[in-house]
Amino acid sequence: MFSFELLINAIVIGILLGGFYAAISLGLQVSFGLLDVVNIAHPAFIILGSYIAYMMGKWIGLDPILTGLLFMPVFFGLGMLVYRIYYESFEKRGAEALRGLAFFFGVLFIVEVALIIVYGVDYRSVDAIYVGPKIEIGVLDLPLRMLVPFVVSMTMAIALILYLSKTFTGRAIKAVAQDRLALQLMAADPVKIKQLAFGISLATTAMAGALLIIILPVEPSVGRLYIGQVFAIVVLAGLGSISGTVYAAIILGVAESFVQTFFGPSWSPAVSFGILLLVLGVRPAGLFGR
Amino acid sequence: MKISVFWIGVAVALVVALLTPHVVTNEFYLRTAYTVLQFVVLATAWNILGGYGGYVNFGSAGFFAIGAYSAVFIYKLFPLFQVPDYMIFVMLPLGGVVAAVIGLGTGYLTLRLRGVYFSIATLALAVVLQTLVTNWHFVGGARGASILPPQTVPIFSTWGEFLFVLMAILAIASLAVARYIERSWIGRGLAAIRDNEEAAECMGVPTLKLKLIGCTVSGFLFGVAGAPLPYYVNYIEPVSAFNLVYAVNALAMPMIGGATTWIGPLLGAVVLGTAQEVARVTISSEMNLLIVGVLLVFFVIAAPDGFVGLARKYLGNRKSR
Repeated sequence: MFSFELLINAIVIGILLGGFYAAISLGLQVSFGLLDVVNIAHPAFIILGSYIAYMMGKWIGLDPILTGLLFMPVFFGLGMLVYRIYYESFEKRGAEALRGLAFFFGVLFIVEVALIIVYGVDYRSVDAIYVGPKIEIGVLDLPLRMLVPFVVSMTMAIALILYLSKTFTGRAIKAVAQDRLALQLMAADPVKIKQLAFGISLATTAMAGALLIIILPVEPSVGRLYIGQVFAIVVLAGLGSISGTVYAAIILGVAESFVQTFFGPSWSPAVSFGILLLVLGVRPAGLFGR
Repeated sequence: MKISVFWIGVAVALVVALLTPHVVTNEFYLRTAYTVLQFVVLATAWNILGGYGGYVNFGSAGFFAIGAYSAVFIYKLFPLFQVPDYMIFVMLPLGGVVAAVIGLGTGYLTLRLRGVYFSIATLALAVVLQTLVTNWHFVGGARGASILPPQTVPIFSTWGEFLFVLMAILAIASLAVARYIERSWIGRGLAAIRDNEEAAECMGVPTLKLKLIGCTVSGFLFGVAGAPLPYYVNYIEPVSAFNLVYAVNALAMPMIGGATTWIGPLLGAVVLGTAQEVARVTISSEMNLLIVGVLLVFFVIAAPDGFVGLARKYLGNRKSR
């Protein structure tokens, strides 16, 4: 049962899986970690992205990653709109705690049920040249459908880190998390900055969704399972730490891969939620938190 | 004066519940009523922590299913067909207590943090519990378990009648509990937490203790509501028992009815529950879930205090004129 080969493969697959997890949780780190908007519906937008990749592939044979890239601006706009509604209805009135959460829960539910009504509960997948083949290096099996999302995800993470640390608006987004009032005194409108940042947060879900459907077939309700992963990663990373998100994602990926290899796949949903409960109970500030 | 009105209402409701099976002979209506009453219990349970204290529980389905699976556990302890009919009276409190203990544990871990962590943790808890049950073969695992109610029925002539009356009593009892909590020091403390937790803490309100009480009572009611489920559905498996529908409705009904008073969840559950049962038969079950989601979003944006808030607004205006 236990062999060196199995162990190495579990670690490598775990790292690749973790890279993908970084893609699905980066956006939430921006919205929840930096903006303090608890977007429970984040995974629902990811599934929406998956279905768009599926549809574009089916209609015009567009590559899923290209679809993801093309739809990032669309999701960006959608994000700006969602934040506007959220701000006007809840944040402005100071009602985000109870009703804001219920709002996002409702959105999650609407997206999921709407997808079920349109597409049914069958699993959908995409075709691309990198879905099937794998590279073998010695004892290592590297499926391209894991490797490609890993590379795309890391590119996205680096781009986001650079954007947030080098550009003026990026720094303003970080500032809004730290001191709203000070930002206002610098003549930047915190609401506009937050709206922009929430747009970016949803833009990442367009790509994350495309990556998800490359890795695994998708059906509408799988989004809920990812709530555990994304929140576990964000909380484990510590609120506001983008690079921490990548490390936390890889830690979770490896942990899940181990459990999957040595205990069986039916236990893997418990890993992320177990880690989440553990972190909340023991160290709520996370590993790389402020 | 008001107290007596409420208790007269309780007495009338009890008598009606006991007489209904003699009048309504079609079991379909009893089963539909059971579903609605079950939602009354779930909505009321959610509201104790969510509506009074402002702590959002997304894991209602988990607590509910734990109640149901506690009952399955007891059922499985007996060889086939040998479960005594009075065992349902053991299943109920057991389901409640197990769910209450899990509620207390989750609360203890996360209620010292910000409210959102509690919400996320409850969501997490539901998935962890589902994974545990899916892998626990004694209670049927992923394949599910067939539950045949015992041949004899306590007190009534059929299980349909018995379960209906049982759920009616549970609904009435949970409303009474919610009303008691609302008017006692617990409810006032929870309301203070909802409005401003830091200020409440400074004024000497024992916030953690109150939240834990809320969490435990709410967990107990969820569990009790779930315990009769195996006998009601006859076949139970994790995906349906942990269905998001329970979690969404438990949250949407109080939010739509009005979350700050015990009447809100009752109104929300009766209106939405009945509408859903009608829509499920006439349209499709997916479509009626979509309607619940849209209504929830609409109400939290446009009518934050639900039916009760709307009623207060319009009736209040009329009085002032």
